[in-house]
Amino acid sequence: MTVDTLRLSAEEANRLVTDGEVSSDELYRAYLDAIGERDPELHAFLYVCENDPGAGIPIAIKDVIGTRGIPTTAGSKILESYIPVYDATVIANCRKRGLRVIGKTNTDEFAMGSSTENSAFGPSHNPWDPSRVPGGSGGGSAAAVSAGLAPWALGSDTGGSIKQPAALCGHVGLRPTYGTVSRYGVVAFASSLDQVGPVARNVRDCAFLYSVISGRDENDSTTVDVPEVELPTAEDLKGLRIGVPKEMNGVDGIEPGVSAAVHKALELAESLGATVEECSLPRSVDYGVACYYVVSPAEASANLARYDGVRFGLRDDGADFREMVMKTRDAGFGDEPKRRIMVGTYALSSGYYDAYYRTAQKVRTVIKREHDELFERFDVLVSPTSPTVAFPIGAKIDDPVAMYMNDVLTIPSCMAGLPGLNIPCGLSEGLPVGLQLIGPQFGENTIFRAAHALEQAIGFDVVPERLR
Amino acid sequence: MARITKEEVLHVARLARLELSDDDVAKFQEQLSDILEAVSKVSELDLSDVPPTAHPLEIANAWAEDVPHDCLPLDDVFANAPDRDGDYFRTPPA
Repeated sequence: MTVDTLRLSAEEANRLVTDGEVSSDELYRAYLDAIGERDPELHAFLYVCENDPGAGIPIAIKDVIGTRGIPTTAGSKILESYIPVYDATVIANCRKRGLRVIGKTNTDEFAMGSSTENSAFGPSHNPWDPSRVPGGSGGGSAAAVSAGLAPWALGSDTGGSIKQPAALCGHVGLRPTYGTVSRYGVVAFASSLDQVGPVARNVRDCAFLYSVISGRDENDSTTVDVPEVELPTAEDLKGLRIGVPKEMNGVDGIEPGVSAAVHKALELAESLGATVEECSLPRSVDYGVACYYVVSPAEASANLARYDGVRFGLRDDGADFREMVMKTRDAGFGDEPKRRIMVGTYALSSGYYDAYYRTAQKVRTVIKREHDELFERFDVLVSPTSPTVAFPIGAKIDDPVAMYMNDVLTIPSCMAGLPGLNIPCGLSEGLPVGLQLIGPQFGENTIFRAAHALEQAIGFDVVPERLR
Repeated sequence: MARITKEEVLHVARLARLELSDDDVAKFQEQLSDILEAVSKVSELDLSDVPPTAHPLEIANAWAEDVPHDCLPLDDVFANAPDRDGDYFRTPPA
């Protein structure tokens, strides 16, 4: 039988293999063919595996996640030659279920960006319109899933790198609760924020993949026990209390088409039995981006200190040790990691630590408390995921501060350690609009239930129009 | 807020072990000033009674049994090293 990779869900792909209708190899080959056909235009992959072992279905992996024997570059020249000698825990968990790595997907360098334009190996392109960005940093995983180059994928999210690309490419992405998924073997960016999560074509696939990768890991001491994952089936929202933070739905820069699609989804939610009520996050939205762009660069400046040309990765020549390290880091890091390393170093340096880092950590407490208070009254909070639809490649690359504002709606819940999920909720100017559902810590099952019911009611076709 | 000076850019770059070209210094002086101005917003709030959050979960220590186990095979690990001398990483003199 022929496999239509553009329409096949992971659940259905798995059934085909389990029932023997298609062999694991035939399925893997079908996705390789799709990559051969469409990836030259999209550049979703940095590396394609010819034949990864396993008896199950394929999965694409963001290139910040370490894969034994398979290059892992984090989108950076400094790791261009790096081949991990062990699997990240999330990869080991996937392998236990028979999943086969089909390739490593493009990312902004060290996952720093909102468009994949910061990749040292060139940007990825949005399958809905290749002149536009797929979002970032996980734009490669997003483009791959959207264009049927993989049934699902893993991403990583520090301030929106799973949710925002899912919004811009029109599918489902979950940033899990901090501490539910191991980061062992994952290239570190900002350790108090980084989370690995699933990227999928629908909510049930997303929930299933979350169940595969989540759980306590003795190799990551920030992980905790995770409630059992329930695959969503219900098609109503009876009893669900939805809060609509007015700041997240009224911030400057939200495009009218985005607001309209989100508004329509909220009306649908009400018709499915949910109560929808306006609420407020007075300081989280206003101060979230500033808080994030102190905390995350500070942590990044420490995490990226390890790239010194000594144990792995690039080395440049130098007459002495210090010169070698400085030349290696100049040659190996692109502009965005350099900017963030320097901002972080500045914010942690003597005389500025209290004014920046310590203050930002206090603002983080304010943001967390505001969210905690809302979850006493609501089960989920809803907003657009991205204020805009996918923007043209090159439109914001020379203005870092404008680029940072892409994450204004995804960042606050990340600072609070909360789970958030994107589902597509409509089109604006022919491009997907993403709806963000935020839950309390460990509230993934509630999010899945709500998102699944809404997904069924919205009936969004995740296949890009130009590929149908 | 005052813009940061060229000397401050060079100082921070040195702390971060980054060698920058002259063009880079000029570009980053501009961009870092913009970024620091934008993030200075964190100091607008009254935070006198607010404790800092370093980590979003309320867990403190995570204990593990101190059990020795095999390390990774050295040849595998050194395969990624730019320069090796026996079981050591070799670097230029300090």
